[in-house]
Amino acid sequence: MTVPTALSGIASDFNTIPANERLNLLLEFSGELPELPERFAEHPELLEKVVECQSPISIIVEIVDGKVSIHASAPPEAPTTRGFASILIQGLEGSSAEDVMAVPSDFPNSLGLTALVSPLRLRGMGGMLARIKRQVAEDRG
Amino acid sequence: MDGGQRLNHTEDIELKECSVSEQKFAEYARPEKLVSTEWVAEHKDDENVVIVESDEDVLLYETGHIPGAVKIDWHTELNDPVVRDYLDAAAFAQLLSSKGIDENSTIVFYGDKSNWWAAYALWVFALYGYENTRLMDGGRDKWIAEGRDITTEVPTPEQTRPSVGHRDDRALRAFRDDVLASFGKPLVDVRSPEEYSGERTTAPAYPEEAALRAGHIPTAASVPWGTAVNEDGTFKSRDELERIYRGAGVGEGEDVIVYCRIGERSSHTWFALKFLLGHEDVRNYDGSWTEWGSLVGVPIAIGTEPGTVQSR
Repeated sequence: MTVPTALSGIASDFNTIPANERLNLLLEFSGELPELPERFAEHPELLEKVVECQSPISIIVEIVDGKVSIHASAPPEAPTTRGFASILIQGLEGSSAEDVMAVPSDFPNSLGLTALVSPLRLRGMGGMLARIKRQVAEDRG
Repeated sequence: MDGGQRLNHTEDIELKECSVSEQKFAEYARPEKLVSTEWVAEHKDDENVVIVESDEDVLLYETGHIPGAVKIDWHTELNDPVVRDYLDAAAFAQLLSSKGIDENSTIVFYGDKSNWWAAYALWVFALYGYENTRLMDGGRDKWIAEGRDITTEVPTPEQTRPSVGHRDDRALRAFRDDVLASFGKPLVDVRSPEEYSGERTTAPAYPEEAALRAGHIPTAASVPWGTAVNEDGTFKSRDELERIYRGAGVGEGEDVIVYCRIGERSSHTWFALKFLLGHEDVRNYDGSWTEWGSLVGVPIAIGTEPGTVQSR
């Protein structure tokens, strides 16, 4: 199991800064979560709800020319959830389906956030990753 | 009554909203335990008033909060990192100092999820005898819905030297043995109906926070915490609350124990029973279902009825 370069770079960014700055970095990611493209914003039913998350978030994966692209929608009052989605989107954008499938399911625990964010929250991110991988698998299948 | 009951505003709408809140608060057993968003807007900068935001989402405060408000995080700041318990006295004193709080402060809590976590923080403060506390009715959502000011600027409070004694868990906190010993007295389960009946071990939106078994503590009545609030997250009137909890077997002057999954939703109900309805003896069982549902040697009940304690 390996982690795509962009995603492992993000994990390394989190781990190289002091613990008390990591939430700020997560907040930056939260602010960077892109708006849904219009084709999905107008059809929220196309997105899959991540029930593992404490806050409402929906995701959809597209594979175009062999490259994975992930879109997500979460409300502003759920910044932690938005931050996690943004990390996965930025870290996996443009990866091959194989590379996404190879991301270890315990990746959320490698961000150095376990003492700062409740375990439930990190499991929510694991839920997002699992659903992304399942959608990729179905798309390939 | 404190200073917040004065009406200084001239705008009709604000006057009207304010008086509606004041009338509702006045009916509660302890009217001073709730303040309106209006009151906070007017008094947040008063000397000795400290506004504290306490959320479920660890980043929410950073996205914007009431100007001057400090943050207390339930996960990293109220819990002991090693023992499943709350901070010890030294750590609690350090926490208060860093937030600019001491025994002379009037502490107003507010937060997301209709004040679940704000009520939880208020309850932990009460364990340490800090009782000059209030909840802002309607919480963070109401403040924002009313279009009131928020800021991302984080205040740097002047450190204090608070007086903190030993924590006294006896009056406000129930442990598993207290629950076992109190069968026959009112016990209120504030989780969702699905968790109560045993269809699932976690709240619908919280599927990973599981216990080994599903169901409820035998004899507990089911009153989901949300029945205590209106759609905008404010508490229902005293009459409505009395009807709801009397229906669950909570009479006046009886010991009551409330629980949920980890003690946060039940802090909200604890607040309602203790301060809005004035029940003397209300304890929060913070071990709640994550403990009871996995505990060796205790009975559970499943289904929609309270059930009885089965002996083998």
